[in-house]
Amino acid sequence: KYLLGYFSLDQSGGSWFLPSLMLTLIRPTMFPVLRNEDLKEMLESNKESLKLEAMKRVVGLIAKGKNASELFPAVVKNVASKNIELKKLVYVYLVRYAEEQQDLALLSISTFQRALKDPNQFIRASALRVLSSIRVPIIVPIMMLAIKEAAADLSPYVRKTSAHAIQKLFSLDPDQKEQLIEVIEKLLKDKSTLVAGSVVMAFEEVCPDRIDLIHKNYRKLCNLLVDVEEWGQVVIISMLTRYARTQFTSPWKEGAVFDENNEKTFYDSDSEEKKGQIEAKPYIMDPDHRLLLRNTKPLLQSRNTAVVMSVAQLYWHLAPKHEVSIVTKSLVRLLRSHREVQYIVLQNIATMSIQRKGMFEPFMKSFYVRSTDATHIKTLKLEILTNLANEANISTILREFQTYVKSQDKAFAAATIQAIGRCATNISEVTDTCLNGLVLLLSNRDETVVAESVVVIKKLLQTQPTQHSEIIKHMAKLFDNITVPMARASILWLMGEYCERVPKIAPDVLRKMAKTFTIEEDIVKLQTVNLAAKLYLTNSKQTKLLTQYILNLGKYDQNYDIRDRTRFIRQLIVPSEKNGALNKYARRILLAPKPAPVLESAFKDRDRYQLGTLSHSLNIKATGYQELSDWPAVAPDQSVRNVEVIEPVRNLPSSHTSSYLLNIDNCLIIDVLQRDLYVCYKCRCINALFCGISFCWKNEHTHLFHSAQR
Amino acid sequence: MIHSLFLINHTGDIFLEKHWKSVISRSVCDYFFEAKEKAVDPENVPPVLQTPHHYLITIYRGKLFFLSVIQTEVPPLFVIEFLHRVADTFQDYFGECSEVIIKDNVVTVYELLEEMLDNGFPLATESNVLKEMIRPPTILRSVVNTLTGSSNVGDTLPTGQLSNIPWRRAGVKYTNNEAYFDVIEEIDAILDKSGTTVFAEIQGVIEACVRLTGMPDLTLSFMNPRLLDDVSFHPCVRFKRWESERVLSFIPPDGNFTLMTYHVSSQNLVAIPVYVKQNISFFETGNCGRLDITIGPKQTMGKTVEGLMVTVHMPKAVLSTNLTASQGNYTYDLATKVLVWDVGKLNPQKLPNLRGSLSMQAGAPKPEENPSLNIDLKIQQLAISGLKVSRLDMYGEKYKPFKGVKYVTKAGKFQVRT
Repeated sequence: KYLLGYFSLDQSGGSWFLPSLMLTLIRPTMFPVLRNEDLKEMLESNKESLKLEAMKRVVGLIAKGKNASELFPAVVKNVASKNIELKKLVYVYLVRYAEEQQDLALLSISTFQRALKDPNQFIRASALRVLSSIRVPIIVPIMMLAIKEAAADLSPYVRKTSAHAIQKLFSLDPDQKEQLIEVIEKLLKDKSTLVAGSVVMAFEEVCPDRIDLIHKNYRKLCNLLVDVEEWGQVVIISMLTRYARTQFTSPWKEGAVFDENNEKTFYDSDSEEKKGQIEAKPYIMDPDHRLLLRNTKPLLQSRNTAVVMSVAQLYWHLAPKHEVSIVTKSLVRLLRSHREVQYIVLQNIATMSIQRKGMFEPFMKSFYVRSTDATHIKTLKLEILTNLANEANISTILREFQTYVKSQDKAFAAATIQAIGRCATNISEVTDTCLNGLVLLLSNRDETVVAESVVVIKKLLQTQPTQHSEIIKHMAKLFDNITVPMARASILWLMGEYCERVPKIAPDVLRKMAKTFTIEEDIVKLQTVNLAAKLYLTNSKQTKLLTQYILNLGKYDQNYDIRDRTRFIRQLIVPSEKNGALNKYARRILLAPKPAPVLESAFKDRDRYQLGTLSHSLNIKATGYQELSDWPAVAPDQSVRNVEVIEPVRNLPSSHTSSYLLNIDNCLIIDVLQRDLYVCYKCRCINALFCGISFCWKNEHTHLFHSAQR
Repeated sequence: MIHSLFLINHTGDIFLEKHWKSVISRSVCDYFFEAKEKAVDPENVPPVLQTPHHYLITIYRGKLFFLSVIQTEVPPLFVIEFLHRVADTFQDYFGECSEVIIKDNVVTVYELLEEMLDNGFPLATESNVLKEMIRPPTILRSVVNTLTGSSNVGDTLPTGQLSNIPWRRAGVKYTNNEAYFDVIEEIDAILDKSGTTVFAEIQGVIEACVRLTGMPDLTLSFMNPRLLDDVSFHPCVRFKRWESERVLSFIPPDGNFTLMTYHVSSQNLVAIPVYVKQNISFFETGNCGRLDITIGPKQTMGKTVEGLMVTVHMPKAVLSTNLTASQGNYTYDLATKVLVWDVGKLNPQKLPNLRGSLSMQAGAPKPEENPSLNIDLKIQQLAISGLKVSRLDMYGEKYKPFKGVKYVTKAGKFQVRT
C-alpha cells in the first residue's frame, strides 16, 4: 500500500510520510541500537532480509571500532549463503575477527575450498582473497596450495588475486619464502597487464633482492607498462629504476671526462695505450636502458600524480643529464593538484633544484607564494625560490621576498628573512642590498621579524665584518627595544666579537646588561658573560669592575650552565698563580677568528634518498627502504635479458613483417597456437592476437586486443 | 602498502576505521592529534608524519581527515593520490563527502573500501568498474531492495576489470545518444598593487559527459592544438595519436569523466578579464581603517563577466566593517575575519564599488600588510586562451549521436596584492 503511495506521490512532489520512510530505508544507523542477543537471533533466523539487516549492523559496529567478536559463531554460519551481499559482509567480518577466533574460523575453510573450484572466476577470486586474508597459521599449507593453483588459473583476474595472496601468506609465515618465490617467478612470466603490477608488488615485498628473476621479463615489463593500471605502473617503475641501476653503466659520463683529464698527466708516463682505450670507447647507451626511458616517457601525461612523480624520479636517477629536464613541465603541472600532492612534489623539486637550477628556473613564477597557501607549502616554495636565485634573477626574487616579509603569517615572514640571508651569502652582488634591507627590518613592529633579522644579520656580518661597524652601532641603539632572547643574545655576541670596531659602545652595552643581568633569559646571560670576558681582554681599563660584577652574579646563578661558564671564564681571563699557562692564551682562545656559518638549504643532503620515496619526504631511512645502488663500472652481461621467440609468426600482413623483424628484440614470447585477427584499440590497426597479447608493429606499442572486435 | 584507514572529523572523533591487514589500535592516531594541535589550522597539518612504529599519511578534504597507516617504505604520493581517489568515489556515489553521509551509508562505504584495496594494494579504483560491483544507493533502489530482498552487490566480475579498457563498462545502452564536452579554463594570476601582472597562466580542463551506446570510438580535434603546452590525459586517450596528429582519440568511459587537463604555453600573453582599483588603508591613530574597491572590465572579449566575487582575509585586528556596496551584498565573518563581497554580474556602464570604514581593536598595532583580494569570476561561452574544438567524430557505432561543446572561463587562484 505504502509502496504504491510512495511512487505516485513521489511524482507529484512528496508526501508527509515520505521523510520517515526515507529515514528507515536509507539510514540503518537511525534504528535504536540492538543488543548482541537480538543480532544473534536475527542472524540465526530463516529470513534472508533479517540476516542481511543484522549483518549490516554488525559491519556498522566494526566500522566504528566496536567489538563484535561475540557474534562470531552466529556470523560464520552464514558464510555459505547464496545472497551475495550477505556473503560479502560475512567475509568482511571473518577477515576482521578470524585472528582472534582461530578455532571457529576453521569452520569456514571448507566453504572457501569448495568456492576455489567454482566455474565463476569472480567467486574463485573472492574465495582466494578471503582465504588468504584469514590470518590463522594452521591453514598455511591450504593457502599455499590454493595460491599455487590460482597462479595457474586461466583467468588473469584470479592470477592477480593470487599475486596479492602471496604477500599475505608471506607476512603470516615468512618461512614459506622459497616456495613463494617459485610462484612469483612463474607469475612474472605472465603476459597479462592485469597481473604485472600485482606480481611486481609481491616481488618487492618478498624477494626484492632477487634481481635475477627480472632479467627475462625486463623487456616485457617495459612494453606492457603503458597498459598496466596506474597503481601497478608506480610499483613497476620504481622496481625498474632499481633494476636499471644495477644493470646499466652510468649515462652521466660527460662529468667524468673532466676528472679523467686531470688524471691524464698522472697516467701519461706509464700507460699511453690505456688512455687511448678510454677515448676510443665513447658511451653508448644499452638499448634496454633506452627502452625503459622511451616507454616511461608517455606516462608523464598520466592523470595520476603518483605515476608522474615516479617517472620523474626514474628520469632523475637514470636518464642522461640533458634529458632530465623533460620532466620539469609535468612536475610543475602537479602543483595544481591537492595541497598534499603539492607538499610532496615541492619537497622533491626542492631537492632537485639544488643540483639542477636550470631545470626549474624558467618556471620560477610557478613557485610564487599566495597568501592562501598553507604554511608548509609557503616555506617549501620559499626554499625553491632561494635555490633558484642567481645573479640574473635575484632582483626579481628579492622584490618578491619584500612582499613576503610583510606577511601576516609570522612563521613564514621569519623563514623569508632566513631566505634573504641565504641569497645574500650565495650571491655576493646583492649582499649589501640585502643587509641594508634587513637593517630596515630591525625597526619592524613585530618581534619575530626583528629577532630573525638580527640572527641573520649576525651571520652575514660574520662573513665580512670589516665594513659594517655602522650596522653594529645601529643594532646597539636598537638593543633596548629588542626583547626576543635569541636576538638579544645575537647582538651581544656581535658586540663581543667586534668590540674593537665599536670601542665606545660595547662597554656601555655591558653596563646596561649588568643592570638587567638577573632578569635575562639563560641564553642572554651566557652571551653577557662572553661579552664581559672579551671586553676584559681588550679593554680591561674600562670594564674590569663591570666584568667582575657580572662574573659574581653568574657565580650564584640558578642555572648550572651559567655557573659553569662563569667559573671557566674567570679562570681563563683573570690571571692568578695556578692557571698562568692558560691565561696567556686567553685572547687567542676567545678572540680567535671564527669561520663564518654557511647558510645552506635544508634539502642539501636529501638526495641520498631516492626521490619520491617516503624516506625522502621524512628525511630518515624508513623501514623497508631499498637503497639505490651506484652504477656498475662495467655493465653485467646484456644477453641475460634476451628472450627466445618460440616460433616465428606466419601470415602476418606484409606491411608489418619488416617492422616485426626490426623489433624482434623488444617483442614478447609469442604463443602462436591461439591466433586470430583483431583490431587494436590504440591505433586501430588490424593485427593478430596471441593469447590476449601482442605487439603492435606499426606503432610500436604492446597491446591487448578486445575480443569483441573480432 | 596501506595498512589501515581512519576517518576523523574536524573535532577529532574517529568515526570509521578499516584495516586491510591485522588490526592496528586507534591509539596510533594520537600522534596525529598531537601534530594537529600544534598546527592550529587543519590545513597546516603536515601530510606525512612519523611515529615510532608506523608512518601516517593524511589528507584533509571536506572537513574530514583521511588518515592512513603505513608500515614500510611506499611512495607518499601513491597513498595521497589513492586517498583522494577514495574521497572522489564517495563524492561520486553519495553526492558529497561528509561525516553524516558516510555514517549513513556505512555499509556501502565498507563494501567500497573492501573492493578498492586488497591487502593494502589498490584493486579497483575505476568508477565504472566499482559501479558494476556495488550499485550506488538511490532511494528507489533501497525501497525495492528492502521489499524484495535483492541487494546492491553484483555477482559477476565487471567486464571492465578484465579487458584492457577497464574504464568502460560493457553493454551500455541509451535511447538518446549524446556526448557533451565542457572546456573549462581557469586563470591563475597574481596582480600587484598597481595592477601589473606579476604572474599569470591559464590552466584548462575538458570535462566530458558521454552517454553513448555500445563501444564508440571518438576522435576530438582542435582548431589550434598548438596552444596546448602541457597535457595530462584520462587513461583512455591514445597517446600515440596525440603525439603524431594532435587529436584526442579514445573510447570513452560511460558517464562523467575528466578527459584531459592542459596548460596553455606561457609564451602567450594571458588576457586578464577585469581590473581592480583598490585602496585599503589603516590609520596610525583612531583604531580604524578605510576600504575602497572598484572593479571594471578589462579584456573580456565582448562577453559578460558573471559570478563576480571578492574574498578578503582581513588582519586579526579588524573587529567590524561598515561598508556600502553599490551592487551585490557583502558579509563579514567575525570569527574567521573573512570579508566576502558577492557582486554578481559586472555592468561596464556602472562599475561596482564597495567602500566604507573598518574598525579595529583598540590598542592593537596597525597591521603591516594589507590583505590581498581573491577574485572569483565566470565568463560563459569563452575559452580565454582561444582554444577551439573543431570536430568530434565517432567510429565503431552506426547511430548519430548528439554532440555538444561548451566553453567557460573562470578565475582560478586569482589574487590581487594590495
